[in-house]
Amino acid sequence: MGKVYNRIESIVGNVITVKADGVQYKELAQINTRFGKSLAQVNKIEGDIVSLQIFAGGQGVSTGDEVRFLGHEMRVSFSEDLLGRIFNGSGEPRDKGPALTENMKAIGGPSVNPTKRILANRMLRTNIPMIDMFNTLVVSQKLPIFSISGEPYNQLLARIAMQAEADVIVLGGMGLKYDDFLYFKEEFSKGGALSKTVMFIHTASDPTVECMMIPDMALAVAEQFALQDKDVLVLLTDMTNFADAMKEIAITQEQVPSNRGYPGDLYSQLASRYEKAVDFADSGSITVLAVTTMPGDDVTHPVPDNTGYITEGQYYLKGGRIEPFGSLSRLKQNVNGKTRKDHRALMDSMIRMYSSYKETLEKKNMGFSMSKWDEKLLKYGELFENKLMSLSINLTLEQALDLGWEILAECFQKEETGIKSDLVEEFWPKK
Amino acid sequence: MTENTGKVISVNGNLISVEFNGIVSMNEICYIKVDDAILKSEVIRIRGNVAQIQVYEMTNGIKCGDLVEFTGEMLSAELGPGLLGQIYDGLQNPLPVLAKQAGWFLERGIYANGLNTEKKWEFTPTVEAGNVVRAGEYVGTVPEGSFLHKIFVPFYLLGNYTVKSVAPKGEYTVKETVAVLINERGREIPLTMSFKWPVKRAVKCYSERLAPTEMMETKVRLVDSFFPVAKGGTYCTPGPFGAGKTVLQHTTSKYADVDIVIIAACGERAGEVVETLTEFPELIDPKTNRSLMERTIIICNTSSMPVASREASVYTSVTLAEYYRQMGLHVLLLADSTSRWAQALREMSGRLEEIPGEEAFPAYLESYIAAFYERAGYVRLPDGSTGSVTIGGTVSPAGGNFEEPVTQATLKVVGAFHGLSRERSDARKYPAIDPLISWSKYKSVIDREKIEFCKNVLHHGFEISSMMKVVGEEGTTLTDYVTYLKSEMLDAVYLQQNSFDLVDANCGKERQRYVVDKLVRILGSSYSVENKDEARSFFNNLRQKFIDWNYAEFKNEEFSKLEAEIDKLYCKASGKLSKLVQKILEDDAQ
Repeated sequence: MGKVYNRIESIVGNVITVKADGVQYKELAQINTRFGKSLAQVNKIEGDIVSLQIFAGGQGVSTGDEVRFLGHEMRVSFSEDLLGRIFNGSGEPRDKGPALTENMKAIGGPSVNPTKRILANRMLRTNIPMIDMFNTLVVSQKLPIFSISGEPYNQLLARIAMQAEADVIVLGGMGLKYDDFLYFKEEFSKGGALSKTVMFIHTASDPTVECMMIPDMALAVAEQFALQDKDVLVLLTDMTNFADAMKEIAITQEQVPSNRGYPGDLYSQLASRYEKAVDFADSGSITVLAVTTMPGDDVTHPVPDNTGYITEGQYYLKGGRIEPFGSLSRLKQNVNGKTRKDHRALMDSMIRMYSSYKETLEKKNMGFSMSKWDEKLLKYGELFENKLMSLSINLTLEQALDLGWEILAECFQKEETGIKSDLVEEFWPKK
Repeated sequence: MTENTGKVISVNGNLISVEFNGIVSMNEICYIKVDDAILKSEVIRIRGNVAQIQVYEMTNGIKCGDLVEFTGEMLSAELGPGLLGQIYDGLQNPLPVLAKQAGWFLERGIYANGLNTEKKWEFTPTVEAGNVVRAGEYVGTVPEGSFLHKIFVPFYLLGNYTVKSVAPKGEYTVKETVAVLINERGREIPLTMSFKWPVKRAVKCYSERLAPTEMMETKVRLVDSFFPVAKGGTYCTPGPFGAGKTVLQHTTSKYADVDIVIIAACGERAGEVVETLTEFPELIDPKTNRSLMERTIIICNTSSMPVASREASVYTSVTLAEYYRQMGLHVLLLADSTSRWAQALREMSGRLEEIPGEEAFPAYLESYIAAFYERAGYVRLPDGSTGSVTIGGTVSPAGGNFEEPVTQATLKVVGAFHGLSRERSDARKYPAIDPLISWSKYKSVIDREKIEFCKNVLHHGFEISSMMKVVGEEGTTLTDYVTYLKSEMLDAVYLQQNSFDLVDANCGKERQRYVVDKLVRILGSSYSVENKDEARSFFNNLRQKFIDWNYAEFKNEEFSKLEAEIDKLYCKASGKLSKLVQKILEDDAQ
């Protein structure tokens, strides 16, 4: 197959139209411009007028350039050879390795039959107390990290990737700063995780259309690994850039915008990616962690808002820490009853105390006098923030729980904790 | 059926234009033939000899010139015994069957029969040859779960029919003929146990519609006492993400006092459906002592499944609900979430290049929403019995802001509004229904004056607490402070409810009446407390006892013991009932 057309009818932004017959919806084409070859994808057919979005962008495309239809959809090669490799949004190598063309798999496939899923019930340990202890991550969960620009979200992702018990890690970078790309590469090779990682990277200077392909590429690869009994962790950063890329293309094609310029199908588009998170009955799993930066720290912005309705909770990253309020893992109760028997009670009590500490702090700042109880809370809050909340802390869940008891014992009497007496007797540190 | 075909002339997302020659009707089903499959679609606009169709599947690989076959039928649900306990997608394909055929994924172009055609049902005739029947009357029954499933004269037959013959009692499949009717012109019509009904048309085979006055118990105190829902009524639950819409619906689906629950998971998470699927078969329905799954139908079109069938899924579910209503049963349809359905409408409207309304929703959004909720109702059936369809829909407003088109359009047509608030869910006050903004037009199980009194306490308490944020505890009078503590207590012990505790989650109306009486007495009394600390500690004690009381089973030993302790606390603080409350309690007692 390989029909060639030499006449481009129109070029608007990243979208061109050609007159062609027998072209399939979503089919790929290759276009030869003076700057080299680029892929393009059919996104509308009207009679014999075919619209294509060019992966490399419309810049420098001339009306006389050659368009060759390839007769298949966007695909990605899948094999063990992917591990340790880095690709761009077109699936071409970004490292110095060879291009992979074997065992091509279509991307953006159909969704999993709900009856073939099983209830998420395995904890995914990260050794970050604010996650393991307070908002446990569960295998096959989809969780965004809501953050504002400037927060160390990529550092957090990298740390989770290094420490999580996953067989394969797939990193999808969208609109990444080049520095961040280098940071991930360096961290992964330093930590020895590179050999179980596949990266699909689109940097901020790369063409927009490629940005839109990243999640599908990453998730298609993850799905194939998961079907081979692997527990896959997919890290996506940053989904707001993905949504902005969709907005850009939609506006170029004169679609009616719904909310702040985003296309009306934003929810469905995001959902079809996030819903790839799955725990297959009798096979592997996909867990999705995705950074969503909130423009202006506004959680009602369409991207974080729609995301919140899709995902199973969220982590708020604020001031370099995962906020205990607002952060939520909807699946945590599926697992935290089976870890250690003091887990839930201690978690609830510590959070309640921390919220009292916040109130006291407010009172203190307003100049009210502090009672003895207030002083205790202030001491507790400080210890909690320094010893458990800081992102640099690296403790197993059990160590973190023990530390939690120690912090409580340092600040309070047994009966002030509001924890059931038998648990207190068993776990209260003995001096 | 005539061979009626067309050719694809344009592709834009899941909207396809088809050129045709024959006769095509609006909302007709057609199939597109692509290389590897045939794709089900629906006609949504006709202009000249071009029909625009929405495809219920992914449209990759479709090209101009592809063949389209029109069926002449509208999108229909297959109605008959065997619907209960099923898990369907939006087009009534049973998902377990699809899993057997296609494996892990929902591959496109694979369709399966909505009913099991091999299973045999024990048919008992209820008519004899010579009887005259009409649509909506029945010719026999089969047992399905704990119900007698009626075998209807199909709802689409107009006029009177004479029974020519009816099959004897015995076992039949849904495809075997069980009766033959003759119409007024002498034509014979064979009946099987199943028939098709177009999902977008309401079933109207009833004698009359009655006002919804009978309360539907949900066992959620805040709902039943304060913002009740009637059988045959409608209600909506809007709320920002994480406010507990789904947990609330999940609890309702378990405890609601109805015969059949239909869960339409429309554009939401697949994980939640899996939760229901795992949990329900294990749970026992206290009314029938059978598995809860036997009274449940799940229509599941999760967010990643194609958008057009998401739109169809709400209609499929309400059609199944109406079908069981026709048997004199009370059906509850829970749709989660109607916003996703509205968004599906918006996506198609955008593709059709219609002039957009507010937030790009189509102009007909309101009338579509109204038409959907109007399919609820309490009806008298031709045989004199009554049945009802109650519809509860969640709404997921963008940014949690209720001023958006879907919430507003829904509020215009529903009978009760349970608004969830972020403040309450952040404070872990569940169910997070905000008592200050919610309302209901239906009658509560509790005397109206008592509820008004409780609502007043809440309003007053809220005002004082807002004031306290400015002037501090020091600047508040003791009387005001006590009122504030009373409203906090009412909130903590009555409005909040633990949906994960078996006893607390299942709070029946008898118990609600009993507890409200006690509460009104406590809230309507003055106490001899000297200062704020004393007041706080009194109410804290009382609250703790009350919460323990909530966890004790109604009228068992523990229950009476805790009640006595509450009374003791009350006496110790020398509670004195105000005249107003005394009157309220006396009025009701008469």
